Amino acid sequence: MGRVGIVTGGARGIGAAITSLLAEDGASVVVMGLPPDRERTEALRASLNGAAKRVHFREGNVAHYDVCKGIADEVRAQYGQIDFLVNNAGITADHTIRNMTVEEWQAVLAVNLSGPFFMTKAVLEHMVERNYGRIVNISSVVGHTGNFGQANYASAKAGVMGLTKTVALEVASRGITVNAVAPGFINTDMVAAMPKAAVEAAIQKSPERRLGQPEEVARVVRFLLDESSGYITGAVYDVNGGLYM
Amino acid sequence: MLKGRVAIVTGGTRGIGGAISSLLAKDGAHVAAGYSKGEETARKFKEGLEKGGSSISVHQGRVDDPTDCQRVVQEVIDKFGRVDFLINNAGITIDKTVRKMNADEWHQVLAVNLFGAFHMTKAVLEHMIERGSGRIVNISSVIGETGNIGQANYAASKAGLFGFSKSLALEMAQRGITVNCVAPGFIETEMVAAIPKAALDKVIERIPQRRLGKPDEVARLVRFLIDDDSSYVTGAVYTVNGGLDM
Ligand SMILES: NC(=O)c1ccc[n+]([C@@H]2O[C@H](COP(=O)([O-])OP(=O)(O)OC[C@H]3O[C@@H](n4cnc5c(N)ncnc54)[C@H](O)[C@@H]3O)[C@@H](O)[C@H]2O)c1
Repeated sequence: MGRVGIVTGGARGIGAAITSLLAEDGASVVVMGLPPDRERTEALRASLNGAAKRVHFREGNVAHYDVCKGIADEVRAQYGQIDFLVNNAGITADHTIRNMTVEEWQAVLAVNLSGPFFMTKAVLEHMVERNYGRIVNISSVVGHTGNFGQANYASAKAGVMGLTKTVALEVASRGITVNAVAPGFINTDMVAAMPKAAVEAAIQKSPERRLGQPEEVARVVRFLLDESSGYITGAVYDVNGGLYM
Repeated sequence: MLKGRVAIVTGGTRGIGGAISSLLAKDGAHVAAGYSKGEETARKFKEGLEKGGSSISVHQGRVDDPTDCQRVVQEVIDKFGRVDFLINNAGITIDKTVRKMNADEWHQVLAVNLFGAFHMTKAVLEHMIERGSGRIVNISSVIGETGNIGQANYAASKAGLFGFSKSLALEMAQRGITVNCVAPGFIETEMVAAIPKAALDKVIERIPQRRLGKPDEVARLVRFLIDDDSSYVTGAVYTVNGGLDM
């Protein structure tokens, strides 16, 4: 692919699968993440053989605009270009609204919704100048359906769909596409952190009766990032085993 | 690579269907392309692909005739042994406002665009279930999401495909068969060439990217969805429209 881009939270779970697939495909990938992601990126690189040299780590929290801008500028200075951005970093802090604190609300919205906005803003002028760019935001099935105990997460993920479509419209004539991928329940640490009974219930509700694998999401992202996918913009691509239609 | 795989593409000898047939054939599949009329076009299409080394057969039949659907599917299974992919792409338009549209014009469009997908699906489904694997992709349209003046019949048929696909996806979810829709915007084919120039300019004005799509841009999405590795994508609608439906 020979392209350069940033994958936020790209050292673990779905993000790690995205990083691997893109790097194996020839792209240079800057993983942006929190301090523990540095070691995870090292482990990921160790599993990548030849593609390892194309994966690099930058520490930074997507919840802060200045940090996002700083990293985007650094990447641009170092590689000369940013072709793609995958807004994948995400967190959960589950409680029913009755028990959810204002801090839990704000923390999840800050990472999952403001993060993609900040990162997009940080790379957008550069993409407009070059008349080329691919942005993929990782939303969630929960953004369509809502979910018990996830008012903050569901709001953020539904918000990501609105953000995606608006940015897509604003830069449609600039060679930049902006799309969202909405995974169902995927076998990652995020799902492993759910109570066992809740995971079992999610599987029972899913028509294919299984969790998805991170790679099954990554290949949809890879498809949308392709140069030839230029006519796809403002779309939400579901990959959920039939869980929500 | 799709070596050893067999695809049926209805309306597969020109336009979007032609691009799908070409891409799947180039990737190694045997493609059985259906056509209703235009034997000459079909023959030339076949010769063109064969020259490029592809494995392709063309089959005359009407998707609105269940007997034709059964016959063509049987032909393909007899000759090529299996059907891995069904792409329901055949479609027609007969545009009139509802006030002017007669029952026959309504029925014809539904019969090809929606009933056709049902008849073809019925014809391959038991075979796919027996094999425990299959991919069905229905070519819907942005018009199925948005509606369009003068296209009540077309919009209803294409929206109907969403409901059809999702129901079938649910029924097949544990049988290794995925069912999805691709919803293209306005794509440069004969169907769009039939729109008067002034009207087409207006359409392009409304597309955020200010351009028509190309058949290949739709075909590669179909290729993606029929992949073995796309098994977690089912009951989905994947749009490709330059931003038209926002
Ligand atoms: N796992 C699922 O079932 C599922 C389903 C739908 C959507 N998603 C979404 O997919 C994305 C990835 O999920 P996952 O399951 O791989 O999660 P994960 O917890 O395994 O990985 C998330 C990564 O993001 C990083 N991160 C978190 N906060 C950050 C911040 N403020 N700044 C920078 N990096 C940060 C983490 O350090 C981690 O590396 C998330 O956006 C999630 O909401 C996941």
